[in-house]
Amino acid sequence: MTDTLLWYTTRGAGAVSLVLLSAVVVLGILSVLRVQSTAWPRFLTAGLHRNLALMTLVFLALHIVTAVVDPFTHLGWLAAVVPFSSYYRTFWLGLGTIAFELLLAIVVTSLVRSVIGQVAWRLVHWLSYASWPVAVLHGFGTGTDAWSAWLFALQAVCIVAVLAAIGYRLMAGSRDPLAAARSSFQAGVDRREVK
Amino acid sequence: MGAERLASHVGRLGPLPKGGHSLVELLVRTGLTGRGGAAFPVGLKWRAVAAASRASAVVIVNGAEGEPHSKKDRLLMSSRPHLILDGAFLGAAAVHAKEIVLYIGEGHHAAMRSMAEAVAERTAGERRLIRIVLAPARYVAGESSATVHLVDAGIATPTTTPPPSHQRGVAGAATLVQNVETLAHVALIARTGAATDTVLVTVAGAVRTPGVLEVDSGTPVGEAVRLAGGPSEPARALLLGGYFGRWVEAADAWSLPINPQALRAMGLSLGCGVLGVLPVSQCPVCEVAGIMRYLASESSAQCGPCFFGLRALADACTRIAERGTDAGDLQRLHRWSAEVQGRGACKHPDGAVMFLQSALKTFGGDFAHHPAHLRRSA
Amino acid sequence: MSKRFELAVDRIKCDGRGLCAEILPEMIRLDSWGYPIIAPGPIPEHLMGLAQRAVEDCPVLAIALRRAEAQKQKA
Repeated sequence: MTDTLLWYTTRGAGAVSLVLLSAVVVLGILSVLRVQSTAWPRFLTAGLHRNLALMTLVFLALHIVTAVVDPFTHLGWLAAVVPFSSYYRTFWLGLGTIAFELLLAIVVTSLVRSVIGQVAWRLVHWLSYASWPVAVLHGFGTGTDAWSAWLFALQAVCIVAVLAAIGYRLMAGSRDPLAAARSSFQAGVDRREVK
Repeated sequence: MGAERLASHVGRLGPLPKGGHSLVELLVRTGLTGRGGAAFPVGLKWRAVAAASRASAVVIVNGAEGEPHSKKDRLLMSSRPHLILDGAFLGAAAVHAKEIVLYIGEGHHAAMRSMAEAVAERTAGERRLIRIVLAPARYVAGESSATVHLVDAGIATPTTTPPPSHQRGVAGAATLVQNVETLAHVALIARTGAATDTVLVTVAGAVRTPGVLEVDSGTPVGEAVRLAGGPSEPARALLLGGYFGRWVEAADAWSLPINPQALRAMGLSLGCGVLGVLPVSQCPVCEVAGIMRYLASESSAQCGPCFFGLRALADACTRIAERGTDAGDLQRLHRWSAEVQGRGACKHPDGAVMFLQSALKTFGGDFAHHPAHLRRSA
Repeated sequence: MSKRFELAVDRIKCDGRGLCAEILPEMIRLDSWGYPIIAPGPIPEHLMGLAQRAVEDCPVLAIALRRAEAQKQKA
């Protein structure tokens, strides 16, 4: 009984994590694009982005714990932190470990952003564009029912949403009204030897 | 007028005196203020840099002279380079500097040559301290923090990140930025022990022989204008202190004393020493609009209020100049001026706004009743 | 005497995102171009929580809390 419960919880929590992570990425992109309306202020996008990221970690923790504890997979705790160290689906599980650790780095640096500063925070935050596809691939590779209809549909929706957001971001360009003037002025007064 | 060689300089004024703490106190007592435009008390500045210095300070000799009509700094560099170098060495001694940077506007070729040749005439020990860095030809390139930023990181844009550059500037060292004319005055004060008694001004605009003059401190503006050949046509007003200065009606302007302290007491400022004469035949509204457009285009575009605010103010002035007075535009000028002032990282927007306020006060009637006409070339 | 704080904006880092004005409209409003105008003076005690939130939520860390010095002249 418990084995099946654990197994379903692992898969369910994994699916929820992916949905939440996809929403987080989309909201992050909407943040940079300064999306807002009279009913939707910018701090709502920022707040939702942060809270859903924290929720993602909660469901991820559930996903990982139930997977490790499940006797069927024979995963040790090591597999949760050392990528590609499990016997069970070594490669695909390893991707999951990587995605988890990237996410952890992103969330932790965000929580201490005022201490480490904007530049360091931003550098780590770019990793989010790596963590999401790695998580998606992990989902496809490890899920025994990855190809079952409902999960497939769920993953497809997530992928379409994130790709659409990224596409929009690439086409929109900078939303900073000073960007063009600032870089043009700087180019004129830049006297560094090697640029 | 060629550059004065070292032998003649020393023959005329004597050798370089010793600097140090007593010189700083002398500067405080004589009340010398900077001649770059901000008119900050020199002695106090040197004290602050010396206090922050950990025996590795940097002196930046500011010869950028980005103000369009000002020519005094480059003329001084071309003719009395050793006076400036003396001031720089005295500054270096006072703040315990290991390095002197000659920051010269990249278009000022004669000045560059003169300063480089003068450096070559100095002792090996003195030469070792000096390097020349060229300033980009933009208005803000001579601003204090932009100067430090260029010398330190290669980009001439103003900065705000604390601490201020006099504490942590070039390579993290305490940095002293001082205008070339100011340093020349220091070199004279150090030798005479007394306050300086001359001022360099650039007379520009509608005068017969515009150019740089050295006048006795306290000389009336009208006398300086006379020395520049007098007005070439009846004068309407004077712009005192360059593009960040103040407008004064001609009749009131001629008696103003060319003395930084006296002008400050009157609520005016000598600024960078430009005396611009506006003739009656030139429309003041059009002239002001042109200067506002220039100042707007010289924003480093780092701060929204400066970049967008000055552009909006310049556009409104231009609309009044070209299409005639509109009550809405006048209101906008007042509203936006209040929004822009004090909201940039440096003093560029403040300078422009105060220039505009002064114009609105002095030429209030012209702004209020300006007809539409084609813009005269700025 | 309790410590009082005031808000300070780094004008170069600020790029007009506007979250601060949404969070603390009592003290921050946006100018004609979307950049924040901060009401001068120390932050009232009852608004300190919102002020802290505005500081944390700024996407570029352009706004910060600074000790209010007694009789400090507005810059």
